[in-house]
Amino acid sequence: MIELQHVTKLYPASARPALDDVSTEIDKGEFVFLIGSSGSGKSTFLRLLLKEDDPTRGTVVVNGKTLNTMSKWQVPKLRRTMGCVFQDFRLLRNRTVAENVAFALEVINKPHRTIKRVVPEVLEMVGLEGKAARLPHELSGGEQQRVAIARAFVNRPLVLLADEPTGNLDPETSEGIMLLLERINRTGTTVIMATHDYHIVDSMRRRVIELNGGQITRDQSRGVYGVGR
Amino acid sequence: MRVNFVLSEVATGLRRNLTMTVAMILTTAISLGLMGTGLLIAGMISDMKEIYYDKVQVSIFLADDVTDEQRTAIETQLSDSPEVASFVYESKEEAYERFQQQFSQQPELVENTPPDALPESFRVELVNPERYSVVAAEFPNGQNGVDQVRDEGDFLDRLFSLLNGARNATIAVAVVQALAALLLISNTIQLAAFNRRNETNIMRLVGASRWYTQLPFILEAALAGLIGALLAVGGLVLTKVLFVDKTLAGPIKAGIIPPVDWSAIATISPIIAAAGVGLAAVAAYVTLRLYVRL
Repeated sequence: MIELQHVTKLYPASARPALDDVSTEIDKGEFVFLIGSSGSGKSTFLRLLLKEDDPTRGTVVVNGKTLNTMSKWQVPKLRRTMGCVFQDFRLLRNRTVAENVAFALEVINKPHRTIKRVVPEVLEMVGLEGKAARLPHELSGGEQQRVAIARAFVNRPLVLLADEPTGNLDPETSEGIMLLLERINRTGTTVIMATHDYHIVDSMRRRVIELNGGQITRDQSRGVYGVGR
Repeated sequence: MRVNFVLSEVATGLRRNLTMTVAMILTTAISLGLMGTGLLIAGMISDMKEIYYDKVQVSIFLADDVTDEQRTAIETQLSDSPEVASFVYESKEEAYERFQQQFSQQPELVENTPPDALPESFRVELVNPERYSVVAAEFPNGQNGVDQVRDEGDFLDRLFSLLNGARNATIAVAVVQALAALLLISNTIQLAAFNRRNETNIMRLVGASRWYTQLPFILEAALAGLIGALLAVGGLVLTKVLFVDKTLAGPIKAGIIPPVDWSAIATISPIIAAAGVGLAAVAAYVTLRLYVRL
C-alpha cells in the first residue's frame, strides 16, 4: 500500500536531513500515528507521500505507484486517491460548508449530479447535516475540522493524511474528531495521522511510528505515546 | 471543464487587483496601438511605392527656350531608346494644373506662382529604374533644349527612408512598451496567484489538474490582452478620424499621401487582437510555470 525504502530527504537550507534513511511499510486499512517532536520529520514524511516533495534518496511507493518516477502530470491523479486534513482546517472563507466540500469535486470535474448527491451524504456522515449553508467563521473549530474531513473524504480516498488535526482543538472536541477518523478508517481507508496529542495516542492503542531527528526510533503496533508512560 | 467555475474565477481575479489590471490593460493597449500604427505606416509605404515608382522614375525638364525641333528630337530619342518603357509629355499648362491641385491647401503659394513658372517636361518610366545614369547621360543638362534630368527615384528613396525610419521608431517604442506590458502581466498574475493561494492550494491537494488550476489565470491575462487590443483598435480609429482624415486631408486628396483606409484598419485589427491575447496568455503561462507553484 505505502512503502518507504531507505528514504532520505535533505532540504537545501539545512545541514541535517529531515528524514534519514527511513524504511517502513503501511498496509491498506491501517491506522497509524506518526509521533515525534517538532522538526522530527513528520511533516516531511507526509509531504513525500503526497509528492509535494521528492526524496533526496530512496523510494516512495503509494498505492502501488513509485512516486520517484511519476511524471508531473500524473500527480493530480495520485492526489485524487488521497485526502488531507490539517491543523488549520484550510477552508475557503467565502464559501459555505456545502460549497467547500463541493469545491473538491468540482475542480476534478465530477458531474453536477454526483456532487448534489454525495455532498449531503458526507456532511451527514461527519455530523454537519443542517449546517450546509453556514460559512466557516460561523462554525466552531471542531465543526470546521469536520468540514475539512468531509472535503478530504468526499472523494472516497484510499489514504487519509492528517497533519495534527486536533492541534487547535480542545480534548472533548478532539475526541469527536478521532471517532470520526476511526469511522473513516473502518470503511477501509488507510489513516496516517501526525500528532503531539498523547491522550489520543494512548487511548486509541493503534500502530505508532515515532520519528526522532529524521529516523524511525520506534514502530509498535497498539502502541502508546511515550514508552513506560 | 466547468465553464461557469472558470469564468467566475476569472472575473473575481480581475476585480480583486483592479489597479494592476487597469495598468496591464493600458500598457498593452499602448503597445498594441503603436504596433498597429507601425503596421499602418508599413502599409502606407507600400501603397506609396506603388503610386510613385510605377508612374515616374525620371523627369526630363525642358529649357524655357526649347524649340519645337529639339522637343521632337527628344521625343524620338525616347521612343527609340531600349531603356525606356514609356513616357508622357507634360506641358507648362498641365504642370501648372497639377501644381494647383497638389497645393490646393496653400492658396497663397498658388496665387504667387505665375502659370508659366513651371517647366514643361517628359515623364519617363524606365525598363530598369537602376539604369538611371545611362539615360541621364543621353540627355546632358543644358544642351539641346534639356534644362535638367532628375531621378525621381532618388527623391523617393529619401522620402521612403524617412517613412521607414518613422515605422521602425514606432515599432521600437511598441516593443519597449510590449516588454513593460509583459512584465506587468507577469506581476499581475503572480499577485493574482498569491491572492488565490488558498483555492489553488486546495485544488492542488485534491488533485485538480494543472490545466484546471492554471486556466483561470491564463484566461484572465488573455482577457486583459483582448481588452487592451480593443482599446488599441479604438485608438487607431480615433487617430484616423481625428488626425489623418482632418489634418492630412489636403495631401491625401492631392494624391501625395495615400489615405488610411478602413479596410487597412480592419485587416490589422485581428492581428493586433491575436498579438494581445497570445502574448498575454503566453506571458501568464510562463509566469505560472516559473514563479508560481500550482
